[in-house]
Amino acid sequence: MRVRVDAQRCQGQNRCYALAPEVFDVDDLGQALVIATGSIPQSLEARVRLAAANCPERAITVSDDD
Amino acid sequence: MTKPAPPPQAPVGDWATDFDLAEPEYNERAVEIWSDLRSRCPVAHTTRYGGAWLPVRHEHIRQIAYDTEHYTSRGVVVGNLRPIVPGPAGAAPPITSDPPFHGEARRLLLPAFAPKRIALLEPDIRLLCQRQLAKLGSVSAGDQIDAAVDYAQQVPGAVMARLLGLPETDHELFRGFVHDLLEGVNLPEDEMARRRDRFDAYLDEQIAAHRRAPQDDLTTFLSEATIDGQPLAPQHVRGTIALLLLAGIDTTWSLLGSSLHHLATHQADLKRLRENPSLLPTAIEEFLRAYAPATMARLVKQSHDFHGHAFQEEDWVLLPFAAANRDPEVFERADEILIDRAVNPHAAFGLGIHRCLGSNLARLELRVALEEFLARFPSFEPGDEAVRWSVGQIRGPRRLSLRLLEVQNPIAPETTIPRTEYTRSRS
Repeated sequence: MRVRVDAQRCQGQNRCYALAPEVFDVDDLGQALVIATGSIPQSLEARVRLAAANCPERAITVSDDD
Repeated sequence: MTKPAPPPQAPVGDWATDFDLAEPEYNERAVEIWSDLRSRCPVAHTTRYGGAWLPVRHEHIRQIAYDTEHYTSRGVVVGNLRPIVPGPAGAAPPITSDPPFHGEARRLLLPAFAPKRIALLEPDIRLLCQRQLAKLGSVSAGDQIDAAVDYAQQVPGAVMARLLGLPETDHELFRGFVHDLLEGVNLPEDEMARRRDRFDAYLDEQIAAHRRAPQDDLTTFLSEATIDGQPLAPQHVRGTIALLLLAGIDTTWSLLGSSLHHLATHQADLKRLRENPSLLPTAIEEFLRAYAPATMARLVKQSHDFHGHAFQEEDWVLLPFAAANRDPEVFERADEILIDRAVNPHAAFGLGIHRCLGSNLARLELRVALEEFLARFPSFEPGDEAVRWSVGQIRGPRRLSLRLLEVQNPIAPETTIPRTEYTRSRS
């Protein structure tokens, strides 16, 4: 699984960082970014999907590995 | 452009064609009203206030919140007159600002409200909550308290006073300002002007004191801040402090009150939360969804059609985020409060570029204030006096009588609460 935050859509709602801090971080302005590199470990997949589903701005997309 | 004076106010007949947020009935029956409107006319209209619209579907509220081309934030609180704009900032930047100025005014403030910075405040907020609970004195099981007046409104007021560096003893004044400016939309304009002047005079005095003796607080930070090398205009500094004070107090006060009201009236949820405190994060998001206190307004920039409704230039458009949060097209079992709801992309803090700047602070205050309240009063139920809801665009209990069923001793904190280095600890 891969995950991406659309920086244009992200408004710093901070739901993803609260739900999955192993995968998402926030910068000094509160904007979200993905810190996990490459494929998301299987153990975190469910929480990453939950984070995406909780984003009010619909800024997070998850996709299958290529 | 100015609009003709509105007709004298009469009771609301039909909420679809004649709604009025200044009617006490609106906040009392909001959930029913939204549900009714959603089923028969998803965008309600009124000729009051020179023309205003009330969408209640998530999709519509979302569309308007994202659209800064057709709508301006110059006015965010509905009134009988349209605000006169001082430049691109509006009266209280950045909430009243439009792009591109909005981005600059907001970027200035974002670091002070970012999650990791706000997290530093937890010990201070916890002590403030404990002190407030200790102030209730010797209460015992069976006694009644007003949780809105004696707790919910006190906590955010004390927190904002500390962040802004205003005297905590001015607390009563803040409550007066909130009431004056947010609950008085139908007062004659000269009375509103008098109230605004009173608030401005207070803020000017505080800003002047901070310029003479700079402190580690947001008032000093704003007084010294620059955009493109230029100091902020005095109206900008004052408008932003006014915004932080008003928006930082009554919203959090409202949600904390609504949460306690919910727990008092839903004993199963109170019991579950007491037995399993790890549910608090999802419970807080659910309270935010169902009782989202804030409705923001926009003004229509140019007349246009909105899903078959003729929006006219300078009409108000309201964004009741709690109505969006109860739209069954987006949320399953939308009108049920499920404190373990896992998927909850609510819009309590708004959507788009005006997302509530203080959302991280609000969440922290809510969690700590609920934890401390439940530690002192593990069990309570509704008291004798009926709950009284606010009037206007911020919805929450203003009187909340609770009967305490179980009382723990207060944790009496030191009278002086140390102040965590916060503003100047910027990286």
